[in-house]
Formats: sequence, structure tokens, C-alpha cells
Amino acid sequence: MKKIKLIFYIFSFTLIFLNNLNADNSQQVDKISKNLRCLICQGQSVYDSQSDFALSMKILIDKKINEGKNEKEIYAFFKNKYGEWIVYEPEISQNTILLWVIPLILFIFGGILIIRKVSIK
Amino acid sequence: MNKNIKFIIIILFSLFVFFIFYKGLEKPNNYLPEKNLNKIETSLVFKNLNDQKEIILEELINNNSFSIINIWASWCLPCRDEHAYLLKLRNLNKIDIIGINYKDKKSNAIEFLSDLGNPYHEVLVDLDGTKSIELGAIGVPETYLINNKIVVKKYVGPLDDIKLKEIIEIIKYEKN
Repeated sequence: MKKIKLIFYIFSFTLIFLNNLNADNSQQVDKISKNLRCLICQGQSVYDSQSDFALSMKILIDKKINEGKNEKEIYAFFKNKYGEWIVYEPEISQNTILLWVIPLILFIFGGILIIRKVSIK
Repeated sequence: MNKNIKFIIIILFSLFVFFIFYKGLEKPNNYLPEKNLNKIETSLVFKNLNDQKEIILEELINNNSFSIINIWASWCLPCRDEHAYLLKLRNLNKIDIIGINYKDKKSNAIEFLSDLGNPYHEVLVDLDGTKSIELGAIGVPETYLINNKIVVKKYVGPLDDIKLKEIIEIIKYEKN
């Protein structure tokens, strides 16, 4: 009986170990695909979507990781193919500078308002 | 006086917001690649549909003249609609059409071609859709007009009379 138990434990531990080995890649695929926009579905990331496009994207991301590409290189690859729109975080450029600066201005402006109100009281 | 100014500001602001949303309504919802992504990945290796032979895309693209890459699938309805236009293009005998069979069953693809006719000079297989992504496609059908490894024109969605005319115009123009 003990032997059977032991074998069972060893078996399950190796399974978990093997699973973790594989999971390493899929975790990264998840992480990257969450940051990529699914171009044919509205308002979904590649990670969320089950469309043909998104499924293929995930396979391709997995392949790229196996080729030894890192996260940045993979984003660059997709940007090169589909343009800036595919990544959720826009780069700071002439077109997107307002997008980045406006919240900052509003934040500072709001802060000034609050400080003035508090100091008046 | 002060109240009036506030009132005007509120109205102006709501008009501004209304205007922005109204403008947004007119914008197309569908994504279209904003820049013309010119270069095409020609080093991709495909399998042929019929004999599963491996072919590099580069070998199929004629460097001196135009060729067309068309991504299709037997399960895709718009592909059936555009098939007639591809046949018309084929009948012009001026341009090589390379078909990429996207996420399809081999038997269905062959049946599709025998039913509707085969406009392709070569049919390549993309089983998991990754190669189409490397080409920059987002789905089926999609058509690229290529010259010298550069995408001259990219059509997302099925071909129609207008697009066909445009393709023929471009080919003619270049030939003269």
C-alpha cells in the first residue's frame, strides 16, 4: 500500500513539475497577448478573444518565444506588421503627446484647486 | 451676470462634447491599418495544398511584374462572392494569383476549388493562421497586389467591381 502511495506521489509531482515547465511559456503568452489589441473584435485584447485571428496570434506569440524573442521584440514585430494601434500602450510621439500630457495637467490643476480650497479654510 | 457666464460655459461645453461624439459616429468602426505596410515577408515557407511540397513564397513572386496574394477559406462566405472576380483576373492572363488557404480542411478546400473553379497558380496552406499574420492579414478574405516584394495595394474584405477595376488599371498603367 505504501509503495503504491509513493508511486502515486512521485507520479503526480513529476506531472506538476512538467506542467510548470510548460506553463512558463504560456504565462508569457498570456502576458503579451493581454497587451495586444485584437484587431477584428471590438474592445477585446488578443488574450480575451476566441476569434480565429486571436487564436493564431497566440500560437505565433508562442512560436516567437520559442525562437528566443523577448517581449519587446514581439511587440515590435506586431507593430511593424499592423501599426501602432495593435499595442494598448501608445508610444509618446507627436500624435500622442496630448494623450499623455492632459491627465498630468488635469492632475496638477486639480491638486492646485484642492490646496487652495484647503488653505482658504 | 456670474450665473449667465456659468450657464454659457456649460452650454458651450455640452455642445463641444456633443460635437465630438457626433463626429465619432461618422468614423468607421472597423480597423484599417493606418499606414501602408509596404514590405512583405517573402521568406515564409508554405506547403502546397495538393502535394504538401514545401515552397518558399519568394520563389512564387514574380519580381518583374505584378502578382496577387489572396487569402481565402472554403468556410468563408465572402470568399465565395469574390471568387468570380479572381477568375476574371485569372482570365486576363496577365497576373499570377497565389492563393493561401486559411485554417481550412484540405478536402473542403479542394471541393471549393472544383466547384467554383481554380483561379490560382499555386495554392498554399496556412493551417494555424500564423503565416497569414506574418503577412499582415487580419482575416479572410484579403488580397494583396504585389510588385517587387512591395505591396502596392491591400484589400481587406472581398473583391468587387470597383476593386477589380482598380487592379486592372494599376496593372495596365505599369505595363505601359
